[in-house]
Amino acid sequence: MEDSIGKVVIPGDILQNLDEKKGKIKVTVGPGLIRDGSHIAVTKSGILRHREPSVFWVDCHQKRYVPARGDNVIGIVTAKQGDVFKVDIGSSEPASLSFMAFEAATKRNRPNLNVGDCVNAKLLVANKDCEPELVCIDSYGRSSGLGILPNEGFLLQCSIGLVRQLLRNKFNVLTFLGKAIQYEVAIGMNGRIWLHCHTVRETIAISNAICRSELMSDEEVQIMSKKVVDSLQGFE
Amino acid sequence: MSCLKQSNLRGFACEQSCLTRSDGSATFNQGCKEKATEQLIKSTCETVLLVALHPRTAVVIVLQEMQNTGSLLSCCINACCQALMDAGINMRCLVCAVTTTVDQEGHIILDPTSKQEEDGKAVLTFAFDSKTNGVIMTTTSGIYSSQEYQECLLSAQHASAKIFEFYRDSILKKLSRVS
Repeated sequence: MEDSIGKVVIPGDILQNLDEKKGKIKVTVGPGLIRDGSHIAVTKSGILRHREPSVFWVDCHQKRYVPARGDNVIGIVTAKQGDVFKVDIGSSEPASLSFMAFEAATKRNRPNLNVGDCVNAKLLVANKDCEPELVCIDSYGRSSGLGILPNEGFLLQCSIGLVRQLLRNKFNVLTFLGKAIQYEVAIGMNGRIWLHCHTVRETIAISNAICRSELMSDEEVQIMSKKVVDSLQGFE
Repeated sequence: MSCLKQSNLRGFACEQSCLTRSDGSATFNQGCKEKATEQLIKSTCETVLLVALHPRTAVVIVLQEMQNTGSLLSCCINACCQALMDAGINMRCLVCAVTTTVDQEGHIILDPTSKQEEDGKAVLTFAFDSKTNGVIMTTTSGIYSSQEYQECLLSAQHASAKIFEFYRDSILKKLSRVS
């Protein structure tokens, strides 16, 4: 298993025969891997990643989001049913968001959320058997960046792989662009990025740069960001 | 399931003993070749997808025929497999399909053209899984002996290994630029 880290794996590959290693080994399998009897088998095609001490998963470039508990997502409110909002997060079912799940919300003090608004929320309940549930507060009751996103922003949809790349790499297209352009960004694990800049021109430039950086190496990303910044500031 | 192609009638197919409780039963398909092909592709995909991880959801596969120069069913199944891999749906293993035809002299032709399929005595399509290289789907039309069936199966199995290698190479190329 250790020799496949960083390499491309395809569904059906057997990674480790657990019977071979006697004694206690604890392996945590993430998305893309499954325990199949006495083997660990791959179920998605992608690159095998590893985090100390024993967490393995497959990084897959997919577009469809499958909800997972604890993910930060950006959703669009589609309906209001009594005390609960129905939010579209790109999964097979719309998620529910209770009006009490906002900072300082009480029965009298309801959040100012309407159909069509964007929210930055965290998944509280997400499994295959029930409807996903969102909250806009953390366990201490503070919003910590979650909540309703202002209407002035621009919502961009991209693949899950790109979003994970942006969150994994410390120096990515966002940091390079941020050195010259001022902007606000919220990244949702469901492949949605909310962007807010001073002008429309900057918004378009940054969203194009983000989309193009998906299959580029670090050097290419740096060169591309420099070109974008130069053209925005008037130097061709 | 066996199929017969006749000149004035539409193609028909028949399956017997489908019901267990009755003394005898049969399903007869007349002229619904597309539906039968859809069912074949659907059941092949269902075998490899881990559907238990996604209850109450539907996976919709849309196949568009751009050009048909023979071996259409195996091309469809290969396209399905690639699309499912690209979508990132959990799969038990990969699947590939190979078409073979037995010509009038009894020779086996792999991956036949439309003309070779029409002129042949029988057309046999096999789908294999990547884990064990075992057969997961067979569909045949025409007249062939059991020895010819075995020969077709063996040559199709060898060909499937090449297709799986191609799948692996294509995904390696696609992900080679990502760190």
